[in-house]
Parts: sequence; structure tokens; C-alpha cells
Amino acid sequence: MNSSPQKFEDLSPTDDNGDGGSLTVEQAIANLESADLGLRFYAAWWLGRFRISEPAAVTGLIKALEDEADRTPEGGYPLRRNAARALGKLSDRQAVSPLIACLDCSDFYVREAAAQSLEMLGDPVCIPALIKLLVVGLQGEQLCSQQPDLSQPYEAILEALGTLRATEVIPLVKPFLEHPIELVQYAAARAMYQLTQEPAYGERLVKALAGERLQLRRAVLADLGAIGYLPAADAIAQTLAENSLKLISLKGLLEHQVNHITPITLPEGAIKVINLMDSLL
Amino acid sequence: MNNSDLAPVLIRAVQEADSSERLVDAVQELAAAGIEESVPTLIAALGYNNPGAAVAAVDGLIAIGEPAVSPLLELIDDYNYGARAWALRALAGIGDVRALNTLLEAAKTDFSLSVRRAAARGLGTLRWHQVPPEKLESIQTQVLEALLLIAQDPEWVVRYAAVTSLETLAIAIAVTLPDQASRITNQLQHMLDTDVDLGVRTRVKFAQQKIQPPQHQEAFAPGIPGIKLQETEVAHRGDSRR
Repeated sequence: MNSSPQKFEDLSPTDDNGDGGSLTVEQAIANLESADLGLRFYAAWWLGRFRISEPAAVTGLIKALEDEADRTPEGGYPLRRNAARALGKLSDRQAVSPLIACLDCSDFYVREAAAQSLEMLGDPVCIPALIKLLVVGLQGEQLCSQQPDLSQPYEAILEALGTLRATEVIPLVKPFLEHPIELVQYAAARAMYQLTQEPAYGERLVKALAGERLQLRRAVLADLGAIGYLPAADAIAQTLAENSLKLISLKGLLEHQVNHITPITLPEGAIKVINLMDSLL
Repeated sequence: MNNSDLAPVLIRAVQEADSSERLVDAVQELAAAGIEESVPTLIAALGYNNPGAAVAAVDGLIAIGEPAVSPLLELIDDYNYGARAWALRALAGIGDVRALNTLLEAAKTDFSLSVRRAAARGLGTLRWHQVPPEKLESIQTQVLEALLLIAQDPEWVVRYAAVTSLETLAIAIAVTLPDQASRITNQLQHMLDTDVDLGVRTRVKFAQQKIQPPQHQEAFAPGIPGIKLQETEVAHRGDSRR
């Protein structure tokens, strides 16, 4: 899973030394059906955090995708959200169909978590279901007129379609470059780069690294790392953000440089990225 | 205005900055002046949770160098790991051996991965010429033991930092402790074969090439097997730390 884009929560600068380690695997799996809803919620997170991919964990989490017990006052499904997030980290294809079903859930955050996890699992079978959600935001090949449209997790959908190399969706992705929400624009630029390999889309992200808001710069660092856009290396090293995030972003570039080949000597681009990374340690 | 007049003005500008951008600008100006009196203000800027200001302050502290070491060691913030990581970056950039114990402790035991990362890097940027010759072997051995341990950290970025330091240490001990050198080359080979992280493995490969340059150079120095001296690329004072 080295090159797969990580969730933003994993990119957060908050250091995490694996707290909550007192649970055992058996306990966590059993806790998915505990009478205490808090324990269920925590167990689902824990199984993902520590990447417990045992069959019993996967089965338990898939079952939790249909939980009805844990509801927020607004009708959200907290346990389903955590279960969907966890399943993305466990690399088990059994989760693909149940996660596709989650794309129809009434809870926005369940749909978002499902799209993110489907991206991580990398099975193109989910592409039609993702397209179905994406077109909710479109009228023909333009954005729908009610903007900003926040009805679907467009950011996650676009990122997934890009990672899954769904080249047939290029005309549907393109309008989202104009979405009023910047994060959605970046997700569209990231997907367009992955689908077309045209530098213009990478450059659009590089330009965003000079933007004013730290939160957005952090998101763009993750995007550039995910697409491994080498010409961004210097801009990544120089943008005003935490070094931890820059290092993760540059590691994405580095791995992209060496991923497809087993070089005897490292390519020039890799050495450049290594030198930048060393200077940020 | 000479430096002694300038310092209070620049320090006040940092204290009175009322926006994130003004703070960055003010810290940059103060850092660029390179005045010793600014050290406490620069150290304080490491704790403002403003990466731009912190980068500028680290640059300034590294440029001031040795006079900043004692205040950094005294003022290292035990309750703010963000500030602590930046302080260790400054100490790593200065490379003063007075920081040795702080670096060893932080690299091995700090709960924050960015602190461990900065400290692991700092163990590879120590300026060995400051160490009295009679102590050099024992201190380098101590650092070697620590780095071999840190190279097994659960976080990729800490292992990555440990590799950069094993690289520079391998080059340094080629002269002083040649019989220990194989412990580093063995560790690096072990990481190349087993590390789960492609980024770390790639850095290991780079380190191996630096420690033992490709064969064609062998022709110019026959009879010197194994590790060779070459110019180190340790971060020196004034390097861009961004």
C-alpha cells in the first residue's frame, strides 16, 4: 500500500504513538457487537488503525456497515462511518460490494468514507457507482446551477475515480475544476492529472501551494504526493506547512520515481527528492 | 542603527505582530539580523504553532550557532511537542556536541515522531572535531548503538532520518572505528532487504551508494576495500532548512 494515497487523518501532524493499544484483537472484534455503542465505535476505528485484516475482523466490520443501533441526532451512522473507513485499510476485496452499497446510504459521511475506502481497495468494479454519485452534481457536462453543491462527497469521489484510472469519466471530472469549493477543485485537478498526465493539472496544484490558507496547502501536499508530480518538488519543500506533511508528500514523489523500475542507480529525480527530504528532517 | 539598537525594535515587531503573515515577516527579519540577543525570542517563535515563523526561527538559530545552544537546551519545551521538534531541528542544524545527550534521549524515547525524527537526524550532523580525541571512540560508539536502535522505529520517517545519520556516521568512523563499520553496512543491507517502506528502502540504497561509491572509483584507489572517505553532505550552518 506504499503508493496508495492515505487518508488525511493519517497525514495529520498530530503525533500518534498508538494509544488505546490495550485492546486485544479478539476483544476488538468482540466489541463490534458490544452493548456499549461507544465500545463498538472505538473497536471499528481500532481495527483499521492497527490494520487487523483477519477474516473475523473483516466480517465484523462488513456487518457493522448495516448497523442501525448507533445514530446521531441528525440521523447519521457513526459506527458505519468508522467501519467503512477501517475496511479501506484492510485490503480485503470482500469489502468492495458492501462498500458500494454504502454509496447509497443517507449519511453523507458514510458515503464519503465508502468512496475513500473504495479508492484504497482499488477495484474498478465500483466505478459505475461512483459515477452515479458524481453526476448528481452535473447538468449534462456542466456543474448544476445550485452552488455550492454540498450534497455529495465530490472530493472523495473525484479522488477515487482518478486513482482508479477511470479515463472514461474525464468529461465528467472536468467541470469540477470550476467548483466553488477549493478542495473540490483540487480533487478534480488531481484526478485530471491522473487521468491525462497533463502537466497543466499538476501545475494547478503547485500554484495552490502558494495559497493563503494552511488547511488548503496541507490538502494540496497530500494531492501532490498521491500523484507523484515531480516538478512540484521544490514548491513542496518551500510551502509554509509542517515538515511532517511535506515529507509525506515528497515521499510520494520519491516512490513514484522508483516504483515501476528496479534501478541499479537511482534516477536523478529521486536523488533530487532525497536531498530535499533530508533538508526537512 | 547598529545591532544593539536594532534588536529591541525587531524583537518588539515579533511580539506585536497581529497576523500570521506579519509574524512570519517579523521573525524572518529578526532571524536575518543574526543577533545573539534575539535567541530567546526566536526560541519562543518555535512554539507559536505557525510553521512559517518556526522555519524562519530555526534558520536564525542555526545561523547564530553555538551561542544558541545553551538557551535551546535550557528552554526546550517539554509540554509542546511541536516546539520541541523545531528546537531539535535547530540543534541538529548547529551540530554542537553539547546537545548529544538531549538528542540521544529524544531520538530514543520521545513520544512524538517529529521530535524523534529531528533528533535522529541530529545524531548524524554532530561536529566530531569538537569532541576531545580521547572521548571520540566512546561517543561515536554510543551514537552508533543509538542509531542502530532508532533504525527500528515503527515510524518510517524516523527510520529514514536514522539512515541519513548512519550514512554520515559510516563515513566518519571509517577513520576512527573501522572495525565497527560493518555494523552499519549490515544494518543498511538488512533494511534494504526487509523494510516495509519503499521510501526508506530507496534512502538506504542512496546511503549505500554514498558510503561505498560505485566500482569505477575503486580503480583509482586499489587496495582500499570497504568504506571510503568522501565529502560529507551534512547540513551545515546556513543551509536552507526549509
